[in-house]
Amino acid sequence: MAAPIPALVYFSSKSGNTHRFVTRLGLPSFRIPMGKDPLPDPGYPFVLICPTYADGEGRGAVPKQVIRFLNDPDRRAGIVGVIGAGNRNFGATYALAGRIIAQKCNVPLLYSFELSGTETDIARVRAGLAKLGRHQCSTAA
Amino acid sequence: MKDTLATRIPRAINWNRLDDEKDLEVWNRLTVNFWLPEKVPLSNDIQSWATLTDHEKQLTIRVFTGLTLLDTIQNTVGAPALMPDAVTPHEEAVLTNIAFMEAVHARSYSSIFSTLCSTKEIDEAFRWSEENPHLQAKAEAILNTYAPGNDPLKRKIASVFLESFLFYSGFYLPMYWSSRAKLTNTADLIRLIIRDEAVHGYYIGYKFQRGYEKLTEAEQQELKDYAFSLMFELYGIENQYTEELYDEIGLTEDVKVFLHYNANKALQNLGFEALFPPEVSEVNPAILAALSPDSENHDFFSGSGSSYVIGKAVATEDEDWDF
Repeated sequence: MAAPIPALVYFSSKSGNTHRFVTRLGLPSFRIPMGKDPLPDPGYPFVLICPTYADGEGRGAVPKQVIRFLNDPDRRAGIVGVIGAGNRNFGATYALAGRIIAQKCNVPLLYSFELSGTETDIARVRAGLAKLGRHQCSTAA
Repeated sequence: MKDTLATRIPRAINWNRLDDEKDLEVWNRLTVNFWLPEKVPLSNDIQSWATLTDHEKQLTIRVFTGLTLLDTIQNTVGAPALMPDAVTPHEEAVLTNIAFMEAVHARSYSSIFSTLCSTKEIDEAFRWSEENPHLQAKAEAILNTYAPGNDPLKRKIASVFLESFLFYSGFYLPMYWSSRAKLTNTADLIRLIIRDEAVHGYYIGYKFQRGYEKLTEAEQQELKDYAFSLMFELYGIENQYTEELYDEIGLTEDVKVFLHYNANKALQNLGFEALFPPEVSEVNPAILAALSPDSENHDFFSGSGSSYVIGKAVATEDEDWDF
């Protein structure tokens, strides 16, 4: 059996940066809705990709919709890693949402990228997810 | 199109009824991030300033007058020019905030000057900014696009390029000094400006995308071609400006990589793909670290596969997520 790549769950606001990144990855993914639509159920395991919306003090970094998604213990149990997105121009709060989620859910921060990512980011994340899939497979055996 | 302004009924802005939630989100972000140069202890840089050579001082002052010019344009022409094109009253309110913060930025450079430099040095640098052909060329290219009657979406393209690209030949220098533990308080102030410009570029780029998605495919292609050709034009000017400023100190090539990186980010703010390939856009890590201190780049993936330690998800109480 081929090693499965973990499912991707992501949030992207109307500016669409993270959505464009995930589209270019070309992997199966679930988008956390912006409004009150039902939340996706990715099954186990999944990697969360989350942009950052922090103010200068770091408040509000994780979007409310993502908090709502992770507040469900069953769903949260499936997270195996997080990828943070942001913009270095925000200084110390760059990709802060990724760091917060990694800490709160006790999973590794796998990667961070800026805006909708570069070609290098896409290649590294694709390779990294494949590797993570192989690892998941060998520990499950 | 502007004639309709005269017949429009004056309406009081109602922030409890939003057409676009992004307006409130960005308004909140900008107002929380509000700052004034007085909050930064610039005078702590006086000793550090004294360690720079005369040429390094002149370069720094010139770079800052160049940035002052861009902020002045954005304050008095750029942001106001976007207001008649606003599609929601809340967008107009956000633009007034952007316009005012540009005035704060322009004013900040004068605070740096009055703390560190002599009147003679300052006057010389402002004269230089009026006479430098490359600086004047980029100002003109942007101002032409802002002219009344121009396409509202082209104006937004120019505005995003100013906010997210044109500043960076200048921002490079205080980040470089900061990476060498020089002028660190000045760098703190510049980081506040960089943070604001990032929100401005993001928001104006977002509004551009909302207009762009309503166009036909042919119109979209025309506008995209316009964006890339304006980027090429500005990039050409920026290259010359960079060489003139940074050749003597030997930093030109490093600055150019920073230009590529920021040009790509400006295009991403408009929803477009990057222009410069990764091999010419890998910024000096010391400059990246100066941009975002305390946030090292995370690449867990590049570690060796056998050393992965995947933490177990632990129960998280709802109140942990107190936002």
